[in-house]
Amino acid sequence: MNYKMIGKLMAQIQLLEAVFMVPALIISLYERNISAAISFIISILLIVIITGILRLVCGNTQKRFYAREGMVCVGLSWIMMSIYGCLPFYLSKEIPSFIDALFEIVSGFTTTGASILSNVEGLSKGMLYWRSFSHWLGGMGVLVFLLAVIPTEGKSGGFTMHLLRAESPGPNVGKLVPKMRQTARILYLIYILLTVLDFIFLRIGNMSTFEAVCTALGTAGTGGFGVKNDSIASYSPYLQNVCTVFMLLFGVNFSCYYLLLIKQFKAVFQDEELHLYFGLVLGSIVLIAWNVRDMYGSLGETVRHAAFQVASIITTTGFATTDFDLWPSFSKSILLFLMVIGASAGSTGGGLKCGRALLLIKSLRRNIRQILNPQKVMVVRNNGQMISEKVIENTYAYLVAYVVIVLFSILAISVDGESLTTNISAVIACFNNIGPGFDAVGATCNYSVFGTFSKMVLILDMLAGRLEIFPVLLLFSKSTWVRR
Amino acid sequence: MRIIIAGDGKVGSTLTRKLSAEGHDLTLIDSKQRVLDTSIERYDVMAVNGNCASMEILKQAKVMNADLLIAVTNADEVNLLCCMTAHSLNKNIHTIARIRNPEYSNQVYKMQDVFGLSLSVNPERQAAVEIERLLKYPAFLRRDTFAKGRVEIVELRVDEDSKLCNVALNDLNNIIKCQVLVFAVRRNDSVVTPDGNFVLREGDHIFATASPQTLTLLLKNLGIITHKTKRVILCGGGRVSYYLAQALLKTGITVQLIEKDKDRCIELANELPEACIVHGDASSQHLLQSEGISEADAVITLTGLDEMNMIISLYAKKCGVRQVITKVGHIDNNSIHDSLGLGSIVCPKELCCNNIVRYVRAMENKTGAALTVHNIADGQAEALEFRVDEETLHCGELLKNIKTRKNVLIVSITRGNKTEIPNGDSSFEIGDGIIIVTSGNAVIHQLNDIFEK
Repeated sequence: MNYKMIGKLMAQIQLLEAVFMVPALIISLYERNISAAISFIISILLIVIITGILRLVCGNTQKRFYAREGMVCVGLSWIMMSIYGCLPFYLSKEIPSFIDALFEIVSGFTTTGASILSNVEGLSKGMLYWRSFSHWLGGMGVLVFLLAVIPTEGKSGGFTMHLLRAESPGPNVGKLVPKMRQTARILYLIYILLTVLDFIFLRIGNMSTFEAVCTALGTAGTGGFGVKNDSIASYSPYLQNVCTVFMLLFGVNFSCYYLLLIKQFKAVFQDEELHLYFGLVLGSIVLIAWNVRDMYGSLGETVRHAAFQVASIITTTGFATTDFDLWPSFSKSILLFLMVIGASAGSTGGGLKCGRALLLIKSLRRNIRQILNPQKVMVVRNNGQMISEKVIENTYAYLVAYVVIVLFSILAISVDGESLTTNISAVIACFNNIGPGFDAVGATCNYSVFGTFSKMVLILDMLAGRLEIFPVLLLFSKSTWVRR
Repeated sequence: MRIIIAGDGKVGSTLTRKLSAEGHDLTLIDSKQRVLDTSIERYDVMAVNGNCASMEILKQAKVMNADLLIAVTNADEVNLLCCMTAHSLNKNIHTIARIRNPEYSNQVYKMQDVFGLSLSVNPERQAAVEIERLLKYPAFLRRDTFAKGRVEIVELRVDEDSKLCNVALNDLNNIIKCQVLVFAVRRNDSVVTPDGNFVLREGDHIFATASPQTLTLLLKNLGIITHKTKRVILCGGGRVSYYLAQALLKTGITVQLIEKDKDRCIELANELPEACIVHGDASSQHLLQSEGISEADAVITLTGLDEMNMIISLYAKKCGVRQVITKVGHIDNNSIHDSLGLGSIVCPKELCCNNIVRYVRAMENKTGAALTVHNIADGQAEALEFRVDEETLHCGELLKNIKTRKNVLIVSITRGNKTEIPNGDSSFEIGDGIIIVTSGNAVIHQLNDIFEK
């Protein structure tokens, strides 16, 4: 294990985080909120000092960097980023408990949007911004950002692939163009462009600049932290519809946007994952709208609420315009189903991913046919391309790990004595990076009902869900640290 | 530059390593996903799985936007078809194909336009040429030629009984009495750029520049008597053997060729009527003895197995053969060969890679781009040839007044037909050819890169 190289990379990530805290500091200063400003300054100084020490210790090192280092690096850097990120909340006493502050920022970076705050409006603007910005940074991944900005020397080679693969969601991660740096830049360029568009549309609807920035950042990362206690509910129908559209857009595989940019429209419109994604969205909206038809005044309002909630849940954002906990159980079941499926691979959303679900369905169908025709050789295809057995195997392994972790987490947080619905939906909402669940953690409630132990379990669930399980699991495996 | 490499075998992956280090955008095509996975993990490249000669796959690899296609699969026909297809899709693309079959190599050269080829490389023929050059001066482990043959870089091993042993470089000229510049010394795997006080020891490999005329003089003054090579034993009857035997026979050298396969022997006997073709196992010491290995001037091991080649070479060394040349297929384990004391090593695949890298660099065609590039001491140093032009800085200034970057050395200046080994009072003019050697990691793209900013 090349600890020094990991340390060096960590130092770069930390420094990046410190830089990103500066806007929050400026907002606090502008608002003349001294305690918030001081807590940001202390956090930034602390990060810079630790970065300096890391730089000194790990100054000159070989560039050996393999899969092992890449995976460890991703897991460690996210945990470390969360610890630094929660400092402002904790130091300014706006969130007095350390574990609560950690829960809040992990929920931010993993784009979950689950909050322990009962009064969001009580936070200062600097903190609100930092909370929403953590969504944006966590959505595409901080390591991908690092890949886009650090100059990769010619000899650094392909190790960057491990970083991209560990941080980008999906069963089969590939580059868009031969150079990693270029790939990372294209991804971020699309990301920034869409975010700015979202901001402009929100601004047109007369949302205040600060709220528009925070909402756009939260939508882009498919996070779900709002700046108001009732999330998006108090905004005009126009703004809610803008959010619906952009949430859905951020849940699309970003390589589709790249294909659009290079004018390969056919490949986009024939993408099977895209069909499944929009098929699920449309189907769910129709079913839910029919199911809740008596609860709202007009057809327009019914469809608007159904569409918003479906978009919010399938992209794992977690905004809400209405308390869907009051919906009939058929609608709630549909939402629970969408929670597990999640957004497209290669998007900023979480969950199992449509791409993975598609693979699982196809390979299951193949296996059933195989029983009937034992000697027939069948391959699984996606968009006309053969999927290698290794990818299918990894997808099965992922599903098993997913189910096992979810079951054990439900078991672990049951000690707090909340209802079964609460526990199951809380774990699923955290693991799939959605945010609100049902019952005691529903759209109008929050996670403060849980105890410290349960919060820690949920923190790990959120990280595992965002990083697609393995980078986090590896940190707890003995064979990662001991070479045998 | 955007480059597509078709065929991710040994040559393909070596090219990938070298070209990605120079910052090109690479796309690999191979029919095996497994080898592509390895390459993606190691290098910053993209991969396409499939048959490189099919239009569909080439389009997937974005052949329309590519500047260069290098086809190095193991089948000549596929390479040619790949280049033709690429050329028909993109008229501006440059294509390089590896052609190994001797039956094709001549006709391919004549039909380059038909195939849309910019360059065809033949690793086995290059290896044969390289070996032939080494046979001319048996004392040198390696010779690289620059400036159309007017400058040579040679590698020489310092033996225990050599006159060079325990000599400081300042005193070197008193011994060799000719103009030679020692610019690098390899000792125990690391390469150093020596100064005047550097004392040579047994086992050092020295790298020096000289003009071809001084090479004979150098050897004479060093007390190395050069025997003219008259009888050569080639072990293994592959393509390199065929090319080499053909060339050696032309210069009147007696060639004995040992090959295991009966049918191949008959083929060779038909193609090379003047050679002595022996059917048998070259690793059998009895056979080698009966063919008179002790009296041979040179033994060259060219079988398909590296291990076999090395063992035969070691045996030949033990029998007192003056010059032993070993062909190896794997490029990676150079340091192992060295510790065995095998003498000269020739690697056809590496020669082929160097050739292609040279072409790529020439294609970049920036002002003052390197004309030729040679790797020295397992790639730990590089020798580059440049032409001085109007853009070059410091023209006409004395070298001692010019600050060059660390690890960069000007080792020769060629003006007209004359080659000068420079010292502090030399200078270069527009039109001169100069050769620089760099160790360390600095990538020099153009001549002006060597000067301290």
